[in-house]
Amino acid sequence: KSVKKGFEFTLMVVGESGLGKSTLINSLFLTDLYPERIIPGAAEKIERTVQIEASTVEIEERGVKLRLTVVDTPGYGDAINCRDCFKTIISYIDEQFERYLHDESGLNRRHIIDNRVHCCFYFISPFGHGLKPLDVEFMKAIHNKVNIVPVIAKADTLSLKERERLKKRILDEIEEHGIKIYHLPDAESDEDEDFKEQTRLLKASIPFCVVGSNQLIEAKGKKVRGRLYPWGVVEVENPEHNDFLKLRTMLITHMQDLQEVTQDLHYENFRSERLKRGGRLPSHAYVFLKDFSMPSFQLRRMQEMIARMQAQMQMQMQSGEGDSNAVHGHHV
Amino acid sequence: RRRAELPRPGNEEKRSLALGGHVGFDSLPDQLVSKSVTQGFSFNILCVGETGIGKSTLMNTLFNTTFETEEASHYESAVRLRPRTYDLQESNVHLKLTIVDAVGFGDQINKDESYRPIVEYIDTQFENYLQEELKIRRSLFNYHDTRIHVCLYFITPTGHSLKSLDLVTMKKLDSKVNIIPIIAKADTISKSELHKFKIKIMSELVSNGVQIYQFPTDDEAVAEINSVMNAHLPFAVVGSTEEVKVGNKLVRARQYPWGVVQVENESHCDFVKLREMLIRVNMEDLREQTHTRHYELYRRCKLEEMGFKDTDPDSQPFSLQETYETKRKEFLGELQRKEEEMRQMFVNKVKETEAELKEKERELHEKFEHLKRIHQEEKKKVEEKRKELDDEMNAFNRRKVAVETLQSQSLQATSQQPLKKDKDKKK
Repeated sequence: KSVKKGFEFTLMVVGESGLGKSTLINSLFLTDLYPERIIPGAAEKIERTVQIEASTVEIEERGVKLRLTVVDTPGYGDAINCRDCFKTIISYIDEQFERYLHDESGLNRRHIIDNRVHCCFYFISPFGHGLKPLDVEFMKAIHNKVNIVPVIAKADTLSLKERERLKKRILDEIEEHGIKIYHLPDAESDEDEDFKEQTRLLKASIPFCVVGSNQLIEAKGKKVRGRLYPWGVVEVENPEHNDFLKLRTMLITHMQDLQEVTQDLHYENFRSERLKRGGRLPSHAYVFLKDFSMPSFQLRRMQEMIARMQAQMQMQMQSGEGDSNAVHGHHV
Repeated sequence: RRRAELPRPGNEEKRSLALGGHVGFDSLPDQLVSKSVTQGFSFNILCVGETGIGKSTLMNTLFNTTFETEEASHYESAVRLRPRTYDLQESNVHLKLTIVDAVGFGDQINKDESYRPIVEYIDTQFENYLQEELKIRRSLFNYHDTRIHVCLYFITPTGHSLKSLDLVTMKKLDSKVNIIPIIAKADTISKSELHKFKIKIMSELVSNGVQIYQFPTDDEAVAEINSVMNAHLPFAVVGSTEEVKVGNKLVRARQYPWGVVQVENESHCDFVKLREMLIRVNMEDLREQTHTRHYELYRRCKLEEMGFKDTDPDSQPFSLQETYETKRKEFLGELQRKEEEMRQMFVNKVKETEAELKEKERELHEKFEHLKRIHQEEKKKVEEKRKELDDEMNAFNRRKVAVETLQSQSLQATSQQPLKKDKDKKK
């Protein structure tokens, strides 16, 4: 049923201009999400504000449909004074939560569209020594609202030793500043060894150092996606060259988990804060919201049960007698 | 009194003469070289670029040595300039090299004021030189010239264009220092991307009126190579102090899984071009331009600010001495005037305060008089009342005496004829 319905996923991409975001996104999804992009010059960037640009594509692979929304944030980090850089981004994330909250509390909930941001790729510059003040401020402002996956693109500027050093430095700084990034869950004990090993490798490689490209280059007799230099060819899908494959694997195999964490953690945070604050919600929402401490899945099941009971009652009234088995046979 | 007209150079006719034999003044250039070598040279480089972009590594690579620096932090609250001076020697030539780092550049969230400490540092070095030049007893030949001869501006290899900070900063610096823009960490840009990037950068600089240093093409000896190099700007460089074996040689390079980037390989990057231009061909021109163009501009602006002029209204050249005297008189006059003003103000203030005090005193005195009068009136009233009371008391006493006398009289009378009284009563 899920396969038929298709998956929805919203990925937000944040980082200074020129760090390789667009190239990476195009490489990940093997498509061109930015066909007619205009990149502003330095003069226009001096006072540039941050925009939100969401583009949705429907991708299909072996019968599995994915409705992917990529939310781009052009202008981030461009202006000389980036003081107000993230207000727009945070508002956007909150708006999606607000909309979902509204829809969820509505009467007709069959077609709730989930536009909440499930994952945010935050691009860190590979040219520095670690996190910059803007990086720290931004991640701290959103780490309770969205799953942060730190990414280092244009990794072909780092030698292997420099890469390890930068990764370690960034992880240390993330811990030092109390930034909460997305943690891959450990593999279940009943999974096979290969999967467990893969998960261990993925966890050990964060933050991922990647190189993006959709150009086909001839290397070692075959055509590969990569970047051509006078001194050699960087292969995007070569695990010895960069972590691109790891990033892609992580994203695909954890898409579901990213959505769940968004739902169970970030959304619930938003919701409880929001309801504590008060404000307008459809009044019938409060019928079900007496106990704020009830976990969401219990709440949802109760709502489903009530809906089913209502439907049954309808049927009973219509058919006169009604089949009592229909009520008892349900799993509660 | 007219000043004697001195023969001005250029007014006379030049006459060429042929020499009959070898005189020996063809050794002048050698003498100059020898003297310069003995004196030693100083060269000052300012490095501006994001933290971590490779400034220190490039300096190490250019001068084939290790200048001690620790890795800079991204958390400086403001840009600060850090000059370090080193004594280098090659053959018998001494170079006093100063490398100035703009620490913290590009790290703050608000970069509005980032350019300011840099401009202030450059101006301070000019000011110091100017002060030395204007001294009565000066030793310019001995003076350690700290003026910045070249600013290497490190551009981040985004592949798009300049950053807003780059544009704003270079615009503030271009009239004060020779700027050579370079693309740092250029081993992340492919050949085709690099070509586009260079064009974009140069066109942005031109369209925003930023003047960068042009390698001089007026000297025949270097005109050709310089004009070729000018076309390669900005130089795309890669720095490294590590050595990698390539073939059977150890070369300075960066080792990657996919290949080795050789620093001194001209098809890999423009490092060699930068070294040629900066050190081997144009170092002296950079020093000269700093002195004759940037410093002169600073000096002129500063002196004009102070009120100096080159010619008076009659177009007679001013002597600096006369101007000094005039300025001094003006200044002293101004000082005196101010002093007088202050004194006057003080006197006025004192008068004012005195007047105030007098007024207060008068008021107080009035009040006192008023109170005294009231007091006297009250006292009079009290006296009157007392008199009244006394009179009343006296009247009362007289009546009392009168009544007592009557009583005693009637008592006597009744004791003598008590019955009569009763009889009278009964009647």
